[in-house]
Amino acid sequence: MINESLVQLGGRLRTREVSSVELTTAFLERIARLNPVLNAFITVDRERTLAQAREADARLGRGEGGPLTGIPVAHKDIFCARGWRTTCGSRMLSNFVSPYDAHVVERLAGAGAVCLGKTNMDEFAMGSSNETSHFGPVKNPWNTAMVSGGSSGGSAAAVAARLAPGATGTDTGGSIRQPAALCGLTGLKPTYGVVSRYGMIAFASSLDQGGPMARSAQDCALLLNSMSGFDPRDSTSLERPAEDYSRGVDAARDPDRPLVGLTVGLPKEFFGPGMDADVAAAVEAAIAEVRRLGAQTVDIGLPNMELSIPVYYVLAPAEASSNLSRFDGVRYGHRSAQFDDLMDMYCRTRAEGFGDEVKRRILIGTYVLSHGYYDAYYLQAQKLRRLIAQDFVAAFRHCDVIMGPTSPTVAFALGARSADPVQMYLSDIYTIAVNLAGLPGMSIPCGFGGHGLPVGLQIIGNYFDEARMIEVAHRYQQVTDWHLRAPAL
Amino acid sequence: MSASNWEVVIGLETHAQLSTVSKIFSGAATAFGAAPNTQACAVDIALPGVLPVLNRGAVERAIRFGLAVGGRIAPRSVFARKNYFYPDLPKGYQISQYELPVVGGGSVSVRVGDEERTIRLTRAHLEEDAGKSLHEDFHGRTGIDLNRAGTPLLEIVSEPELRSAAEAVAYARTLHALVRWIDICDGNLQEGSFRCDANVSLRRPGAPLGTRCEIKNLNSFRFLERAIEFEVRRQIDILEDGGSIVQETRLYDPDRDETRSMRSKEDAQDYRYFPDPDLLPLDIDAGWIDAVRTTMPELPGAMRLRFQEQYGLSAYDAATLTAQREIARFFQDTLDCAGAELAKPVANWILGEVSARLNREELDLSRAPVAPAQLAGLVRRIADGTLSNALGKKVFDALWNGKGATADEIIERQALKQITDESALERIIDEVLAANQKSVEEFRAGKEKAFNALVGQAMKATRGKANPQQINDLLRRRLGS
Repeated sequence: MINESLVQLGGRLRTREVSSVELTTAFLERIARLNPVLNAFITVDRERTLAQAREADARLGRGEGGPLTGIPVAHKDIFCARGWRTTCGSRMLSNFVSPYDAHVVERLAGAGAVCLGKTNMDEFAMGSSNETSHFGPVKNPWNTAMVSGGSSGGSAAAVAARLAPGATGTDTGGSIRQPAALCGLTGLKPTYGVVSRYGMIAFASSLDQGGPMARSAQDCALLLNSMSGFDPRDSTSLERPAEDYSRGVDAARDPDRPLVGLTVGLPKEFFGPGMDADVAAAVEAAIAEVRRLGAQTVDIGLPNMELSIPVYYVLAPAEASSNLSRFDGVRYGHRSAQFDDLMDMYCRTRAEGFGDEVKRRILIGTYVLSHGYYDAYYLQAQKLRRLIAQDFVAAFRHCDVIMGPTSPTVAFALGARSADPVQMYLSDIYTIAVNLAGLPGMSIPCGFGGHGLPVGLQIIGNYFDEARMIEVAHRYQQVTDWHLRAPAL
Repeated sequence: MSASNWEVVIGLETHAQLSTVSKIFSGAATAFGAAPNTQACAVDIALPGVLPVLNRGAVERAIRFGLAVGGRIAPRSVFARKNYFYPDLPKGYQISQYELPVVGGGSVSVRVGDEERTIRLTRAHLEEDAGKSLHEDFHGRTGIDLNRAGTPLLEIVSEPELRSAAEAVAYARTLHALVRWIDICDGNLQEGSFRCDANVSLRRPGAPLGTRCEIKNLNSFRFLERAIEFEVRRQIDILEDGGSIVQETRLYDPDRDETRSMRSKEDAQDYRYFPDPDLLPLDIDAGWIDAVRTTMPELPGAMRLRFQEQYGLSAYDAATLTAQREIARFFQDTLDCAGAELAKPVANWILGEVSARLNREELDLSRAPVAPAQLAGLVRRIADGTLSNALGKKVFDALWNGKGATADEIIERQALKQITDESALERIIDEVLAANQKSVEEFRAGKEKAFNALVGQAMKATRGKANPQQINDLLRRRLGS
């Protein structure tokens, strides 16, 4: 049962073949057994979870179940959930119990999904390996000496290891797609504004976007149907008619060549030096498969993409330095036990509460916003951000989706890049531009590289083209089984 | 060199609290005086993950202000974060507007004595207020009340065109009346709904601007005046001694009547302003502005001219009647009952008796015991001769003290009607003449004073209900002079 998709599990629940309590218990038992190895969850609350499962069973019993009713889902610990400790992977919030639900949590709970627990993450979502978490690194289920990727590493590892059938994640520069690639799952970062950020602890507001992580594209569509939608509490939430992201999955197509008519853009910048050979081989094989399914490919260029890392590492820290100011020890969260005066309280609280990577980014962000540097860094980066977005607009005149690698490497060893932040930042070289442009991006499993570690294929869509991306991924997943492979644990 | 050789340069930054029911970026109430932290929602206390949503009511009020001062209403303005740490600033930044404010330019017309000056405005922008730190009652610890956090403010910045404390006060009073006039701020000074920061510097006439000091948080016109006066004296003393002014922020201490240094420019914070990524740019289209325009009341300047032209009031009376919307409304309401031809006596009554009584009893016009319709009834009875001015004052007194609902009722009940019937008056005069033969003889002997005594006796006999002029005429006729 733990290997089944959300679609299959939903069917079993609605026919009462299995109860939500039974299903949830199976996952809770797996968490109890495997979390000590993987460290995918920060908080598990068996009673709270089972209470939700019982409620879901009551709904199912009344015949009121929807596609997600009774299905256990793990939430990245960046989402506030009422009554749940919500830490954002930080000591700063290690004692913070949220009094309210994030929009995403509210929507999934409203659909009847059961909260399985809060998953580990890089501190305040700042990291690409889940090693910056105050609660320790997450281990990659395919090889526990390797990183899970980050920042949504706990959600990725939980889904890959069958501790949860689906999970929420957030993606500011690749934080859904990169761990999905490194753990061998399907993850989708929607168009900026599709999923409300209300209740999602802010890292870089203009880039952050929540999204689903599951084993298949079809399951991601199911989760996204629930997570998306206009929310008046987020001014950047887009007021658009509700969409069924599964509609392409269900559409009738030529079974042999379902992707006929699709043009896939291949940016030369994605296939140059920097990508490991094992990743390149798997990605190229996947593209060949896509062609075989009827798609055409065209070479495109994203000439400003090389600027995306420097641009990102000005803008994201700038926003973060301000977003994290509220963690001051005054109203909630960590406060230093001893201090001399107000300034000393601030300094000690923040020195103790934040880890090194968070401090590094607060310093960078504070610097680039400072008087005399603002124009040279922040304003300049905003201009380049527009150029990067324009590259995509131009590219989408020639193609429907863009494909390439999600990460230049497979999962690397724990500790291998911790000492070199810039090397770590390069992990997101293929994903960051998508956030800067506000586009939807997806990673799907497309094979295995060195040490039997998963490789991810990135699919980038035009604005609001999630349904098409999901369909393309689904057609690929119908003829491949990479997404069904499970790590031996 | 004497003090008179210095030119005083003052610019004011005024924070007007906008009269919205809820806060500028959250749904919490803005009402004053609630128990601490009972009007602070998740957004106001800046819980992790919460986001601001702009209150359109605050924007509408900013548009009203822009229209009232003839400013440019920006088709697109931007909210920015002003970053600094303080315990009553929950997010660690204040959402304000920086490079692109909602209103640019505009001006207000200010009267100082008989002179009228136009003071130009630099800008007006929307921002949120901070909470309050409470230093009392916590045994050496500081309490934080976040009820005020997120209250909408319009910061109105004048050009440095004010030249004296009196002018600054006149400007502040005009602005205060204006924001109340257009219903965007309750103007309650005690509750901090209207507060000023004053930038003060000195220079030789014609010279470039001198170094300024900013005096923060002046919440009464008297404090504003005294703080500026003190600051001007302080700066003159320094400059006359050959010293130079240090740019700094100062606080006015009303108990000592002096300003004190709060922080110097060297300690000034770098606020690291940048556009708030949680809020979209504020777009105001012409349709919105037009819709707001249709709800604007007649503005004081236009009303003043109309009062002069339509009712023939003096410039002074028209200006005084339009100094506050309540007065103008009282005048207009009274006139609506009394008739436009009585504009001058109505104006005289409001600016005379009514305001004198209000002053004496320290009442607001809104709490005046005499309503416009009552005053109109009184003025009509004076105009039609039923009441003399003296009797009018008696009736006014009675109305004020609640001794009747209308002037007519009081006239009836107290039999105060002026006696105009000549035969009745002649009878009274005959009696007076008979009883005061001595005065009659003295008058006939050429003593004019004796005549006045007779008028007085006649008035007394009518218990003041006669028209003195009429008595005068009848007496003279009787005495054959």
